[in-house]
Amino acid sequence: MRVLLVDDEQELVSTLAERLAFREIEAEWTTSGHDALQLLSDKPFDIAVIDVKMPVISGFELKRKMQTLRPELKYIFLTGHGSQQDYITGQSEAGTDYYLIKPVDIDTLIQKMNEVLKQ
Amino acid sequence: MGLLNSIKPTFMKERNRTDASHFSHMFNFRKIWKTAVFLTAVSAILPLAVITAIDYNLTQKSAESEVIVRTSRIVSNTKRSIAFFLSVRQAALDYIVHDNSPEQIVDHQRLTTILRNLKSSFGGVSDISVIDRKGRQIAYIGEYDLEGKNYSGQKWFNEVLERGIYISDVFLGFRNLPHLVIAVKYTIPNGLFYILRASVDTAQFTDLLSNLEMVEKSDAFIINQEGTLQTPSRHYGRVLEKISLDIPAYADETEVAQRIDIDGNGLIIGYAYIHNTPFILMIIKHKEELMRPWRKTRVQMLGFLTVGVVFILITITGFATYMVNNMYYADQKRLMALHQMEYSNKLASIGRLAAGVAHEINNPLAIINEKAGYIKDLFTYKNVYNNDPKLIDCVNSILSSVERGGRITHRLLGFARHMDAKIEQINLKDVIGDVLGFLAKEAEYRSIEIRLDLSDKITPFETDRGKLQQILLNLVNNAFAAVQDGGKIEISASPEGMDHISIICADQGCGISAENLKHVFEPFFSTRTNVGGTGLGLSITYGLVHELGGTIDVKSEAGKGTRFTVRLPLKMKKEEEMNARPISRR
Repeated sequence: MRVLLVDDEQELVSTLAERLAFREIEAEWTTSGHDALQLLSDKPFDIAVIDVKMPVISGFELKRKMQTLRPELKYIFLTGHGSQQDYITGQSEAGTDYYLIKPVDIDTLIQKMNEVLKQ
Repeated sequence: MGLLNSIKPTFMKERNRTDASHFSHMFNFRKIWKTAVFLTAVSAILPLAVITAIDYNLTQKSAESEVIVRTSRIVSNTKRSIAFFLSVRQAALDYIVHDNSPEQIVDHQRLTTILRNLKSSFGGVSDISVIDRKGRQIAYIGEYDLEGKNYSGQKWFNEVLERGIYISDVFLGFRNLPHLVIAVKYTIPNGLFYILRASVDTAQFTDLLSNLEMVEKSDAFIINQEGTLQTPSRHYGRVLEKISLDIPAYADETEVAQRIDIDGNGLIIGYAYIHNTPFILMIIKHKEELMRPWRKTRVQMLGFLTVGVVFILITITGFATYMVNNMYYADQKRLMALHQMEYSNKLASIGRLAAGVAHEINNPLAIINEKAGYIKDLFTYKNVYNNDPKLIDCVNSILSSVERGGRITHRLLGFARHMDAKIEQINLKDVIGDVLGFLAKEAEYRSIEIRLDLSDKITPFETDRGKLQQILLNLVNNAFAAVQDGGKIEISASPEGMDHISIICADQGCGISAENLKHVFEPFFSTRTNVGGTGLGLSITYGLVHELGGTIDVKSEAGKGTRFTVRLPLKMKKEEEMNARPISRR
């Protein structure tokens, strides 16, 4: 499983990548949407774990751009959960099960990644 | 008091709520009611009172005027009768002197015949005599021997010489009977003259006056110009006595005047000077007696006014009460709507704030979570670190704190998410768990025991999660306020019938008195205003329960505790779903 982690919180995303590596999951991380699109065009990934609220390109917008590059890519959204509108949009974009609220237990995250890959 | 309380309109019983809301100053229904009653009563009664007063005056003046006219008419008629009485006798004497020669008239036999004829024609003539130009009575027919009596020095003799006619005052004379004298002068063609004089009894005068219809206190009599009674009076003395009243001023025509007698009674005095006589006819009536019929009318008028005023007051009071009561109820509904809106907005603001705070906290929490997890992973996946159990404990403690912080922010987010109306399948146990989660720490600090008894038969049911959360939060908050530290709160729920669920929140707190229990669901009613109670919690709860299609009731005993029972439908009807939508979205 190759995972692309995108979150503007570098401390969070880098640590998460290392923890996934401990569990033998190949993960690369970036803190911006543009870098994420670059990485995606350079390397193949199975799943993208994306923060909803990011500067410049939001999580949902990034998903739409990624879909044009890699239609087969699966997604999981992470959020601190802002407004009611975020919640509703998040649910319709990602589905209830793949819209996770921070902080997330790493085992839960891996479980959700496995589920989404099986779809 | 009980009857009075039962008919007292609701707005009259309204408590003072000035300390409860900034909306309350706008409406003081008791004042509105008083102003409405006062202004309407004044505008209705004032014209009626003015018209009645005018009518009262006019009727009084008309009655007085009628009395005066009637008195004047009686005086005039009586005066004419008396004048006629005297003029007839005067004319008879005049006829006699013209019909008889001077020789015939001094003839005793002839004079006796004349006297007899006068008596038979008029009656009341007691004697007749002839007086020569020197004042000597040369012939006399009567009861006494008065022939030869000389009148030349007397006042009446000179008067008759001057005017040709004389009518005397009434006097008693030898017979001691009231009578008067009529004397006429006859001038013979040779320039000599003589006087024919006759005495006339006044009994016929008296009869004439006594035939007038006089009520009890009225009087009719004749006086001379010195105020001496010429006929008997009922109330002012006997014949030839002076009357106690002033002599009326001379007038050619009949006059009617109003006077007050020495006893303070109002008198109506009609009088007339009888021409060519010394007599004044007086008819005296007591105003009080004459106005008696008018007083009856006055009583009827005042009675009508009183009945009218009472009727107007009852109608106005009833109508004002009805209108103000309706205004009060409409205002209550409006206030409830306003407060629900205010409350919803407040909750929505709290929700937005909570969501913002939760979002900001979740990110650092996530970093702490990952970093602590990473440390734990280092111990698990790398052998380069010593397996220090104390360090592992610390990491576990950090992770469990993160989890706890996460739970709190998730709950806040959940609460905020349900601010908007949404009918969904809910699990009562979860909702109660969420609500109690907010109060768990307070319960722990105050050692309050919360007992949950949820029936296994409760299935998920359809309702508005946010509203149910608010209802339960309000009830549990109320229970927390009522119990002492170390107290007990019981929350139980069970299905009721096929399509309802009943949720009971009971505490063993201070309870509510029977008097206050009647008002607990009213807006602004609070027994805790001094400790920050707004009096809105239970009224909002009541509104929310009704919006969910349910009912709420309360049982309480002061000093023993309170028990709220909320009964909700398992499935909401369409119109209830509509009602359940928040006001701000309508």
